[in-house]
Amino acid sequence: MLFYVFALLAIVSGAYMVLTRNLLYAGFSLLLTLLSVAAIYVLLFADFVAVTQLMVYVGGVLVLILFGIMLSSRVHDKSVMSENVNVGWGITIALLTLIGLGYTIWQAGFSSLPWLQQTDTDVLAGQKSTVQLIGIKLMTDFVLPFEIASLLLLIALMGAAYIATDKQKV
Amino acid sequence: MLTQVPLEHILLLSAALFTIGVLAVITKRHAVVVLMGIELIFNAANLNLVAFSRHDPQMMQGQMFSLFVILVAAAEAAVALAIVLRVYQHFKTANLNEVVS
Repeated sequence: MLFYVFALLAIVSGAYMVLTRNLLYAGFSLLLTLLSVAAIYVLLFADFVAVTQLMVYVGGVLVLILFGIMLSSRVHDKSVMSENVNVGWGITIALLTLIGLGYTIWQAGFSSLPWLQQTDTDVLAGQKSTVQLIGIKLMTDFVLPFEIASLLLLIALMGAAYIATDKQKV
Repeated sequence: MLTQVPLEHILLLSAALFTIGVLAVITKRHAVVVLMGIELIFNAANLNLVAFSRHDPQMMQGQMFSLFVILVAAAEAAVALAIVLRVYQHFKTANLNEVVS
């Protein structure tokens, strides 16, 4: 099954992101994780979300993170490496979180919930893409969050540009 | 074919990604890697939303919400990286343990 291939890819590259100490390797393994998650979105009938993930995360956030790595570390004297701290506590907390979440998911029995059972997912498989439906939703039910989101993006753009400018040189 | 993937497996994958993100946030010292862990946590939450949205074909509320989550995550990453760059210029390090005034 294709889903398990991409799930394995996402988990393995995510684990490599944590395990490696080279910042650039961590960035590129995060790229692989984001691509696998986008593929899983496609498999879950969410094509528009998958394309948004590709454009925003892979094309925007990841490039920004790579810029951040290169600008915030001296590449020539081996300080692209980063040390680990709190390894014991980190692994303990992460394992407890994983066990707790896994136990909860296993116990909750989502598959037997009535509103999940009575929906037939073949409706989604029949339609070609979700773009038209999402466009209609954005302009009717979600028009206020849409406008607020545009305002938030404008504020974030101005704030980031203001913070990052060098005040001494201007 | 994919409709046979049980919902629990998607949720377990999401839990694993969340755990990896938490591990990165706790154990890494470099500020940018902490940001990468936070992005991974966002992705895990989005995966849950999209997985449940598969059972809501008329309203698509999960997918709409995940779109807004992606948007806010992008804004957050831009501002946070700008702050990291300022911190690096001021303290000459991006190591979170050495950023002390």
